[in-house]
Amino acid sequence: MGLETIEERKQLVEEVLSVYPEKTKKKRAKHLGVFDESQIQKGECSVKSNIKSIPGVMTIRGCAYAGSKGVVWGPIKDMIHISHGPVGCGQYSWASRRNYYIGMTGVDTFVTMQFTSDFQERDIVFGGDKKLEKIIDEIQQLFPLNKGITIQSECPIGLIGDDIEAVSKKKSKEYNGKTIVPVRCEGFRGVSQSLGHHIANDTIRDWVFPQADQREFQGTPYDVAIIGDYNIGGDAWSSRILLEEMGLRVVAQWSGDGTLSELMNTPKVKLNILHCYRSMNYISRHMEEKYGIPWVEYNFFGPTKIEESLRRIASHFDDRIKEGAEKVIAKYRPMADRVIERYRPRLEGKTVMLFVGGLRPRHVIGAYEDLGMNVIGTGYEFGHNDDYQRTAHYVKEGTVIYDDVTGYEFEKFVEKMQPDLVGSGIKEKYVFQKMGVPFRQMHSWDYSGPYHGYDGFAVFARDMDMAINNPVWKMAKAPWREGKTGME
Amino acid sequence: MNQNADQILDHANLFREPEYLEMFEKKRKEFENPCDSDEIEKIREWTKTPEYRELNFQREALTVNPAKACQPLGAVFCAVGFEGTLPFVHGSQGCVAYYRSHLSRHFKEPCSCVSSSMTEDAAVFGGLNNMIDGLANAYALYKPKMIHVSTTCMAEVIGDDLNTFIKNAKAKGSVPEEYDVPFAHTPAFVGSHIVGYDNALKSILSHFWEGKERQPGEKINLIMGFDGYTVGNIRELKRMLNLMSVSYTVLSDNSDIFDTPTDGQFRMYDGGTTLEETKNALHAKATISMQEFCTEKTLEYAASKGQETVALNHPIGVAGTDEFLIEVSRITGKPIPQELEKERGRLVDAIADSSAYLHGKRFALYGDPDLTLGLTAFLLELGAEPVHSLATNGGKEWEAKVQALFDASPFGKNGHVYPGKDLWHMRSLLFTEPVDFLIGNTYGKYLERDTGTPLIRIGFPIFDRHHHHRYPIIGYQGAMNVLVRILDKVFEELDRKSNVPSKTDYSFDIIR
Repeated sequence: MGLETIEERKQLVEEVLSVYPEKTKKKRAKHLGVFDESQIQKGECSVKSNIKSIPGVMTIRGCAYAGSKGVVWGPIKDMIHISHGPVGCGQYSWASRRNYYIGMTGVDTFVTMQFTSDFQERDIVFGGDKKLEKIIDEIQQLFPLNKGITIQSECPIGLIGDDIEAVSKKKSKEYNGKTIVPVRCEGFRGVSQSLGHHIANDTIRDWVFPQADQREFQGTPYDVAIIGDYNIGGDAWSSRILLEEMGLRVVAQWSGDGTLSELMNTPKVKLNILHCYRSMNYISRHMEEKYGIPWVEYNFFGPTKIEESLRRIASHFDDRIKEGAEKVIAKYRPMADRVIERYRPRLEGKTVMLFVGGLRPRHVIGAYEDLGMNVIGTGYEFGHNDDYQRTAHYVKEGTVIYDDVTGYEFEKFVEKMQPDLVGSGIKEKYVFQKMGVPFRQMHSWDYSGPYHGYDGFAVFARDMDMAINNPVWKMAKAPWREGKTGME
Repeated sequence: MNQNADQILDHANLFREPEYLEMFEKKRKEFENPCDSDEIEKIREWTKTPEYRELNFQREALTVNPAKACQPLGAVFCAVGFEGTLPFVHGSQGCVAYYRSHLSRHFKEPCSCVSSSMTEDAAVFGGLNNMIDGLANAYALYKPKMIHVSTTCMAEVIGDDLNTFIKNAKAKGSVPEEYDVPFAHTPAFVGSHIVGYDNALKSILSHFWEGKERQPGEKINLIMGFDGYTVGNIRELKRMLNLMSVSYTVLSDNSDIFDTPTDGQFRMYDGGTTLEETKNALHAKATISMQEFCTEKTLEYAASKGQETVALNHPIGVAGTDEFLIEVSRITGKPIPQELEKERGRLVDAIADSSAYLHGKRFALYGDPDLTLGLTAFLLELGAEPVHSLATNGGKEWEAKVQALFDASPFGKNGHVYPGKDLWHMRSLLFTEPVDFLIGNTYGKYLERDTGTPLIRIGFPIFDRHHHHRYPIIGYQGAMNVLVRILDKVFEELDRKSNVPSKTDYSFDIIR
């Protein structure tokens, strides 16, 4: 590992910034930092966040459409989500996020399908509302078992002045009050995916909950909803199983493997349990205000945080649930210990740099620590100040913090700090692998998973080991490049 | 207990454990308000019927599972094929994240590209400042030799004028006055990624060629077009031309940037057509496009400069490669060498060896217009029957070309061609007029699952199989690769259908 001291790392940040044009340097400087004594005292990682990305720097961020269609709405499996606009957005996000689900695709379930209005020039010129109406009719005819429709706006919709709300209302009336949700998640709105999450949350509040309020639901004192788990590689399932085992009744998953019905069940729960704070705190706060439902954040990465979280969730319930939590912990601990016993010796002391979205830049740190690994750098693609505040509880002194990192910065940080593992996304994966640095995609779990819960932790440990201790990294340098004979 | 530290189960097996199956069942029954199972089965069966097909084909507004992407993807793909070139897409930033991911998932390679990150204020006031800052930052950080600018639909809808913007940016000192910043408007609501490729390439050529005097020389230009096999294909193209001792320029040579080594160094730029070669390409005797529908405007432009142009349709197979070599030979006066003729003979030999397993087999295929033309021609050479040929981004001209191929062969008499249709249409076709095999990209696996038609993966994108892009599909050697891929699937299917002990395994043959 390179650059051990805080001073060295602060110098590295300066060095990286020195390449920018003056104006950009000033802006970027606010997003980079080293977690030091002064920040520990303040209890936050004081970098700026949730600000517009700078043109031309190669931000890793996506857009509001990605936040709504790709994250919040897309996984709701019994509804049809129309990518409304040109063909590309829906095409590039088609089945790429691994939101697992069970259902008969194309019949009563539609997650891994790409429905688009495939805008042509005439739709831009004359508007797309008529086409949208027709699309809804065609969906009703060809996919009669769909439970509802959402309209995921792409950039042009907001620019050409289409009235998708009017179309939604009209068509909903025509189809006996069918749930049709217009979502104004045009890609140019906001600064990242983040606003898309917020907009999508608000549409559930405005277009789904009013119907939910009129619905009968047989509740119990142990009803909870999993909020902000997208069931990537089955994460929500390996979480749900623990909650059920401790005696809770999980009436909804938001939104991985979720259904419209589950969204409607939720305003009746006793507690909302929130994993991805960033993307679903909005609806949790709304339910707290409107329905008086408390919410609690939890972290199901790695046994230490899982135990903490199970107890924290249980603390909202009676002894039955508290005992249930202890039973679950006792049941799984030996397995988790065995996993640690097996992998920790192979991973002890290894260093990690992360750059991810949502909750992961902080939430996975505990899981690495359970395996004896240290996170020496982390940052959020689209985090806000409250994310960085929460991060302070997770990171150690000297951790380099980089918000909305640019391709250039990330490459330089890794080159100089030489971590044993980088965890980031598909766009970063091959950059670092070419450099000979082990890498795991920490959005898609690199096509593995689940990583949540105890069952997921075992997979996580296996995967980190397989990345770091892969014999391939020893072969990256040709022997004649290492001082041996045969060099050109 | 599901997990055992010594034998860790991931998603592929974990969720088949009884605890999970029970959990799924309970979730479904108690909370999902599911449709009735009989109803699901009824609708599922209904979607297989001719009646459903008819309704499905009546669709006028809705597109379901299309096989095409949008223009800027093609522009980015084209731009990275030039020496040290950084693609810069003017508009919303999420688009760029999508193109980069999409190309990385296919090639398993990095893909560098920047955005001007326009947001709501730019939607109101225009994105000039984004262009000014963006060019300055990209130039300072990534030190490209050239920046190629294309547009997302956002910039197109608000009507940003690239020409003026880039001039302005240069005047403000974002990049030096003489620095190369070719640009193309690439609206996502016109055409598809192949049109984006065309627009980008034409913009780069015209940037270097305009106002220059052409002095016709002996070199020829080659264009591969938007192509998931670009790595293998361009290398095969060069090999063939080198064997012929032809001097040539590949315009947009992205075969190296999408195939960089793991040796401790990240190469943001690698290989590519040099800017010098690009300038000099004006003097070429002729320009040959391997994909007509990727280069309509580019070829028109080359012709307007006095070059002879030849448009091929992703030549796959014997006649396609013959035509390519004959054209090269005719234009350059270089003979087709023995070595290539021998390769031809080997391909014909291979076809002769295997044709019993291909003769009369029914195929459905989809993909980009040129690729489907190349594949259709090859299937006909194999004595196989292309039954459904579909291109979401194919138009009337493409339709006529496929039909002409069908009409020219007895094996084409059952063939139908479907321009502008999507994979949900294809699903109906496969149910109502079944075929033996389907050729298409990764998304064809959904059709394979639903209809039971075995999928042979040829196309773009291929996300779920590795390294196919390293192997050529053009030329005699490429045709050999395609042949083997098809045959492997044919034999696997034969085995799969004959491997039940004491029931069907009399045909589970050792020698075939």
